Amino acid sequence: MIDRCAEGGNRKVQFNRKDLLGLEELSAEHIKLILDTGDNFKEVLGRKIKKVPALRGVTIANVFYEPSTRTRMSFELAEKRLSADIINFSKATSSVKKGETLRDTLENIKAMKVDIVVMRHASSGAHKFASEFLDASIVNAGDGRHAHPTQALLDMMTLREHWGTFVGKKVTIIGDILHSRVARSNIWGLTKMGAKVTVCGPPTMMPVEIEKLGEGGIKLEYDIRKAIEGADAINILRIQLERQKSVLFPSSREYFEVFGTSSEVLKAAPDHCLVMHPGPINRGVEISQEVADGDRSVILPQVTNGVAVRMAVLFLIAGGKVEDEKIS
Amino acid sequence: MVKWKDKKEFWISGGKLADPAAGKIRSGSVLVQKGLITEIQWQKKVETDLPVLDVEGRLLAPGFIDIHTHLREPGDEDKETIASGTAAAMAGGYTSILCMANTDPVVDDPSVVEYIIRRAEAAGNCRVYVTGAVTKGIKGDHISEFFHLKKAGIVALSDDGKYIDNSRVMRTALEYAGMLGLPVIAHCEDTYLTDESQMNESYVSTRLGLKGAHTASEEIAVARDIRLAELTGAHLHIAHVSAAGSLGLIKAAKEKGIRVTAEASPHHLTLDESMLETYDRNLKVNPPLRGSADISALRSALKDGTIDCIATDHAPHTDIDKQVEFDFAPPGMTGLETAFAQLHTELVITGELELIDLIRMMTTGPADVIGLPGGRLQEGEPADLVLIDPGEEWVYKKEIIRSKACNSPLVGKKFTGRVQGVFLEGRWRSAVS
Repeated sequence: MIDRCAEGGNRKVQFNRKDLLGLEELSAEHIKLILDTGDNFKEVLGRKIKKVPALRGVTIANVFYEPSTRTRMSFELAEKRLSADIINFSKATSSVKKGETLRDTLENIKAMKVDIVVMRHASSGAHKFASEFLDASIVNAGDGRHAHPTQALLDMMTLREHWGTFVGKKVTIIGDILHSRVARSNIWGLTKMGAKVTVCGPPTMMPVEIEKLGEGGIKLEYDIRKAIEGADAINILRIQLERQKSVLFPSSREYFEVFGTSSEVLKAAPDHCLVMHPGPINRGVEISQEVADGDRSVILPQVTNGVAVRMAVLFLIAGGKVEDEKIS
Repeated sequence: MVKWKDKKEFWISGGKLADPAAGKIRSGSVLVQKGLITEIQWQKKVETDLPVLDVEGRLLAPGFIDIHTHLREPGDEDKETIASGTAAAMAGGYTSILCMANTDPVVDDPSVVEYIIRRAEAAGNCRVYVTGAVTKGIKGDHISEFFHLKKAGIVALSDDGKYIDNSRVMRTALEYAGMLGLPVIAHCEDTYLTDESQMNESYVSTRLGLKGAHTASEEIAVARDIRLAELTGAHLHIAHVSAAGSLGLIKAAKEKGIRVTAEASPHHLTLDESMLETYDRNLKVNPPLRGSADISALRSALKDGTIDCIATDHAPHTDIDKQVEFDFAPPGMTGLETAFAQLHTELVITGELELIDLIRMMTTGPADVIGLPGGRLQEGEPADLVLIDPGEEWVYKKEIIRSKACNSPLVGKKFTGRVQGVFLEGRWRSAVS
């Protein structure tokens, strides 16, 4: 099925989805379509004039309820490259008591006739809630611990550039899986495309029954060296020191010792193993300086691909509203 | 229109009578005189000159008793009032309810007890019994004036909604309540383990990315409170049991002769955590909806006597409260108007539970736990009765809700078995408008 999809490269395949809330609800064909479209937009980003008129006349609101630098800049750049009109709203909120409710804010944005809402929110399921009353398309830029689909898509786009296929490939995700929407979205995306996933991290940061997640399940391994054995790529998650309300590991120093990826640890993986990190990185906590800057690191290409894949998502979500040829 | 309803004396005849104390449903007739049941005849028809209300095809039972209702008044009248909550109770077949103490102000002062009793009388709906707070302000540190509260009319004590973290305070409360013969209703939750949790901890919470509360958090609290009940000899009643492990502890405690009783809510008996994948805030309750193994353990416990009664934990919230992100929504769902129909549909129609056992769990069961009057079909007792059409199919629609709140995940659901109304001291109050 995946292979049949690969041949076409046909942009006429309909994405026909109003929202992108997560990868769990996407088919392998849809993921493939997004990645193919991302590849096309990456070509645009290499041009001298990096802008296409594809989303001219489309209005996008970037609504960020959680601090973000990278994802927000990436979405904004993607929107600008597509010639969309953009409005931004950002507010760090940890309580419903502070000011206007999410619903009221979004109802206002709706009244402004916005076409697409790109939202990040600290509460899992916030986008599902928003989709109950918003008629604009919703693109999830991260909800709580639940999903961060565009991050997983850019990770996958990066991997596919190196591999060509996901079938039979092994990816190990290392770190705080419990709090990680990046891990959850990667698990869904990668397993749907035929890759095998292993997760590794302290048991205090491992959600229950994680092995059941994804298409056909994944593997859990606490020993980092065993976890990366035979891995074609490792994805090192940021230890979110700011989210550690309760102490789940004794110290950063001990974390690095047991779960950090150093050059020494990386020897357990094959030479071709790629190193990814969704950023921002904590050098010396989850990843060593050498590994982060080493020749297997694809951390910066991930950032480049982030813009391309977000262009693809916005383009496909806007689907019915734009004509296909505008991409060129 | 219906002439019998204003008569001071009449027979209710032609249908079946449920006698939960005897565990039987038989054809029978009841004579109501001046608000009392004065005669019961175990035959379908009676020879009489008095007016007869023919209830052919229907079932008459003692009025239901709910020992876990949040009426929200005083303080949160936007969610529910004593008048609206008691109207909802009657629509669900209840003739007596026990309201919880976590109002604003908290029921930790006799003046609040008196206020609730006065407002309930003014509402003129079902009987309202009052729970007093175990600790002042439900803060868990200083026990309230149990004696004064009892004098004002409370029949039980509870900090429901909050667990009394401090074991010394709980021990003190049980010792002092035991002296006064007041049961202590415990909300069992180790709050260090449940901290900011949104649902049950399981694969579903892993998938949805919602913070989970493991069943161990309930079991640990249940174990502590049972040990303290044993130590003090006081009557401990465990509210809304949701975990299979808690049931094992309760069963063992009962076998040991410890004075412990327990209730189960209709939602924990019928709704599964997997329903949460829609992030429907109306499914957010505390304790959370659990998985299928806990549900079936709870159903078995209804039959083997580990669970003493059904209690709704009717917890009204406004749309404004619930139209927020899942993390920010307050826990709770309404239940008074659906409890019987939901359990009848899910447990009785399916053959899992006998109808008389369900009725017992909603009448004599709760009455015996708290020591309340009613719950029995007995000559000389007030004619507090519920009339049920066990075969009626109906849809629980928003328009028919009597509660001020409609935070129920069951809106739109079709049920079999409907409460047609209640008799309160012989006075007919229809549930069907």
